[in-house]
Parts: sequence; C-alpha cells; structure tokens
Amino acid sequence: MLLNEPHPLEVKVLTRRYKYPQQDPIWLEQYVADEGYDAIRKALTMQPEEIIEEVKKSSLRGRGGAGFPTGLKWSFVDRKSPKPKYIVVNGDEGEPGTCKDRIIMGHEPHRLIEGCLIAGRAIGSNRGWVYIRGEYREYIDIMDRAIQEAYDKGYLGDNVLGSGWAFHLSTHTGAGSYECGEESALLESLEGKRGNPRLKPPFPATSGAFQAPTIVNNVETYSAVPEIILKGGEWFAGLGTPRNGGTRLVCLSGHLNKPGVYEVPLGMNMMTLINEVGGGVWKGRKLKAVIPGGSSSPILRAEECDIPADYDSLAKAGSMLGSGATVVLDETADIVKVLARLMAFYAHESCGWCIPCREGTTWLKKIMARLDEGVGTKRDIDMVDQLAQGMMGRTFCALGDAAAMPAMSYVRKFREEFEAKIQSAQVFMPAPQTQPLVVL
Amino acid sequence: MTFSPELEAKFAKMIQNYPPGRQKGALIPMLLFAQDEVGSMTPELIDEVSKRLKVNRVEIEEVIGYYTMLTREPRGKHHVQICTNVSCMLTGGEELYQHACKKLGIGNKQKTADGQFSLEEVECLGACSWAPAMMVDYDFHFNVTPEKLDGLIESLKKTQ
Repeated sequence: MLLNEPHPLEVKVLTRRYKYPQQDPIWLEQYVADEGYDAIRKALTMQPEEIIEEVKKSSLRGRGGAGFPTGLKWSFVDRKSPKPKYIVVNGDEGEPGTCKDRIIMGHEPHRLIEGCLIAGRAIGSNRGWVYIRGEYREYIDIMDRAIQEAYDKGYLGDNVLGSGWAFHLSTHTGAGSYECGEESALLESLEGKRGNPRLKPPFPATSGAFQAPTIVNNVETYSAVPEIILKGGEWFAGLGTPRNGGTRLVCLSGHLNKPGVYEVPLGMNMMTLINEVGGGVWKGRKLKAVIPGGSSSPILRAEECDIPADYDSLAKAGSMLGSGATVVLDETADIVKVLARLMAFYAHESCGWCIPCREGTTWLKKIMARLDEGVGTKRDIDMVDQLAQGMMGRTFCALGDAAAMPAMSYVRKFREEFEAKIQSAQVFMPAPQTQPLVVL
Repeated sequence: MTFSPELEAKFAKMIQNYPPGRQKGALIPMLLFAQDEVGSMTPELIDEVSKRLKVNRVEIEEVIGYYTMLTREPRGKHHVQICTNVSCMLTGGEELYQHACKKLGIGNKQKTADGQFSLEEVECLGACSWAPAMMVDYDFHFNVTPEKLDGLIESLKKTQ
C-alpha cells in the first residue's frame, strides 16, 4: 500500500530491489538472492580506513536533516580508544513531512542491518541499536524479525560470517517525542532518560551512548552504505552533483496529484520534482509555495523553486534540504494557518530544557494563534520575526532554530497574507477590544 | 506483579541488549511494552519496573511525564489518534479530527462513557505522503476520509 508505482525519472539505488507491486518486506532469502550481504563480505576484506575513505569519496551526506558528510563523521571516532564503540541508527522519523525511513525499515530491513554492519566494521564497533519511534510498532516488529533472521544465518552475532569479529544489533523503541530525533536527546533516551539534548562538545563521536564513542546516522544514510561499498564511492558520487553525492528518498506531500516517496538523484530540479514526479499541483491549481526539507526548513515562494534540489543549492536559496520532505502548497493554502499550526507543534515538542526555546516557541504559538484568529496587530507580525531572531543559535539543540527558521521566512516572504488576515478580520470588528478576545 | 510469558521472555532478552550495569537503557521500551499489556502506568507497574531495572521510582516518573505515548490514565479499548500537522492539515486532517470528535462525542484525550474509544489529536505520524493519516492502537490508516473513519469505527464496535 505504501510503495507507489515507480516513476521514469527515478534513479533506483536504495530502492533497486523493490518489486512493485510487491508490498511485503524483502526477507533474508530474497535479499541474499540479489547480492544481499555481498557488501559486508567485501567490507570484511577491507581495512577500516579504506571503508571510511570509500564513504568519503561517495560524498554521502546525512539524510536526517543536517546534511553532515558521513565519512567525515565516521573518521572522528578514535578506533584505538579502550572504550567500546557504538553504532546508533536514528529511526525516530518525526519531522513533519518526512515518511521515508518507514519505507526502508518496512520493505528492506536487511539493507539497514548491512549498513550498520559496515559502519560497525569501519569504526571497530561490536554493538548497535536501531532507535525507532514508538508509533512504528509495525516496523519494530519487521526489524526484530529481520535481525533474528540475520542472527540465525550468521550475519550478526559473535562471529560475523566466520571473520571472528562480533557485532550485535537490536531495536530500541521510543515513546513519543519529536525531540528524540536530535542525536544527543536520542542518546539520552537510549540510556533510559528524558530526551533532553546534551551540551556539545563533546560530540557523540567522542562521548555518545553510555559515554562511549558513538556514531549516530539516519536510517537512509546507513542504507546507502552497502551500495557505496559494492559499486564504489565515485560511482555513488557521480549520481548527484559535486559535494552532494548519490540519490535520496524524497517524500512528496501536500497539494499534489501523486504524493509519495520517490528516489531521485540529488540536484534534480525542484519544479521537475513537483510537476513530473509528483504529478503536478492538484485540482489544476497554481503553486504558491514549497516547504523543501521538512517543517523546519524556510519556505520558498513558487518563483524561487526553479533550482536544483541538493544541499548546497537550497542553502544558497536560503533554505535547506533537511530530511528530504517536500510539502507543496497550492494557491488556496493559508500561510498564516500553516505557520500557526507549526508553532503549536514546536511549542508542544520543545523539551523545556533551555529557556530561549521553551519560552520562544510558546510565545510564537500564542502570537501566531492570535494572528490566525484575525485578532493580531501589525506589531505582532514584527514580533514573530524579532522573537525568532532572538532564538536563532541560542539554544542547546536545533529545535529552537527549527521553530525560528520557518517563523522568520513565512513572515518575511508572505507578509501581505499576514496583513490581509488582520484587515479582513477588522471589517467584522465593531470597536477596539479592551479585553483579549482569545484566552491563551 | 508478573507479565504474560511472552512479555517476560521479551524483557529477559531486552535487558541483555544494554552494556553491563547500564540496564536502565531498557527503561523506555519496557515501560511502553508493559503499558500495552497493563493499560496504563499504574503504581504497581512502576514499582515492578523500578525493581527489575534497579532504577529509582522518581526517575521513572520523570520519564513518564516526558513521553507522550506513556499515560497514567487508562485509555479506551481502541485509541484513535488523528494527525493534524502540516501535511495532514493541508489535506483535511483538521476536518477529520473535528468529525471524529462529533462521531465519538468526545474531545482531545477523552474517553467514551462505555470505555470503548479514546481520542487524541497527535503530531506528525510520519505518514505525510498518504495524508490525512490516523492510527488506531498500533494500526496506521492512510488517506482517511470522514466516511472511511465512520466505517472503521462501526466495524470496531461490531467486533467487540
């Protein structure tokens, strides 16, 4: 039900084994029959440095949101440290608009396991966890079954494929928290605590899970690794644009004719993505705006969308590729309402650990609710912008920025809509109110 | 207190997944799986988990207060969760939620008088490409319309 019909413009790398319309997971037998676990066999013959070098060559960048170069992240781990080293998979997928990790875990769990094995080999680890959000019980069960299959056939365990190297993997469920998608909060949650972020540095590569060197990557990032080892880093890099290697899973949602999860090369033009792959804006309407990388990314007006969708081009356009979630808004979409809803979300999900985020998101929610109800003032519009500027870069983790970035961009790019909402409400407002109209 | 044999087996295995002396790592999975069986975070359950993982009760209370899936109030037999975040909102999630409120006659985080259904407006369920989405217990439902929701509720009522 979740897999959509392949589109001719898709480039199938991570999804190459998917046999649409097969919707059931690809279990071990089917996986192994099609080069499955060949990459770890190859990696076992390589030196750890060679594996990291290959990943660096691929210009693979983190698919969870920040887009940090994966090979570089792995190279920060001190393999000679006497402490154990850990692999952590971030499958907490919670960024509004994002729904790709579930496709990988639900359809090809062994690809993720193989990616973890290769990462484990590269940093000299013997243990990994797949952290999956609590709502994804279905995928936790699929991952558990796949992990058991891998143990039974000797791909996991004390002696991986007879190499004498031990690697253990298990799932770990979250219990409902957006903040736990932030890597240090995720590690706190893995240790059985509230998901409050840690002060950085030290980064997880130095002191992560249980105070040991740890690499945390997104599900999709690990899943790209087997292909890189099999076919080479240069091949993978060549699929995308310079410094933005490979393909990515893009989650198209919102006002589209054919929303879905597609695999496209990095650097595909945003308008091609919307009009060709996504089937165009629904109901024959015009495009108003695009949220290009999940709810935290600054919005783009329709006229700004004729750009390649990769990390660097979107950064240049003042936005970000984020988690690959592309939300499309048609001409009838109410920008003020969208922002009000997003601010309510961030206020709900702020962990309350640091003040600029806890207070900032709550005030943004209140002011946006006022503007959305039509009882705000022009001063409120400026206040949203100023408040958000005050939050930027002043919080423990990126959640504060994640709330501030959309707030600033929506207000700056669609100011006329905010003003129109105030004016249209005032037509029905007989006299200035001395009491607030909404109790917040 | 004891849990079902399946859950006991699961817990025994789960504790092995964390480094020696760091079995507290199993806390959140353990609480969630135990809640699925018991219904809510009862004082007995907290005591039991506290004993098994050698974790102070107050540390468990801290965790329960943080994670939205953990609840002290027992939910309905079927817990209906409707997403109204951006992708769902754009495709009718809010209307769907309002419809569910009317259909069940309850509001956010409330339970029907017969205890059969509880309702919650939730944040992103990670089903944005198939919006509007909802979850009933652990089952996802995609591209939900008010009619589809009515049908689902009726069929759940019948299977009791």
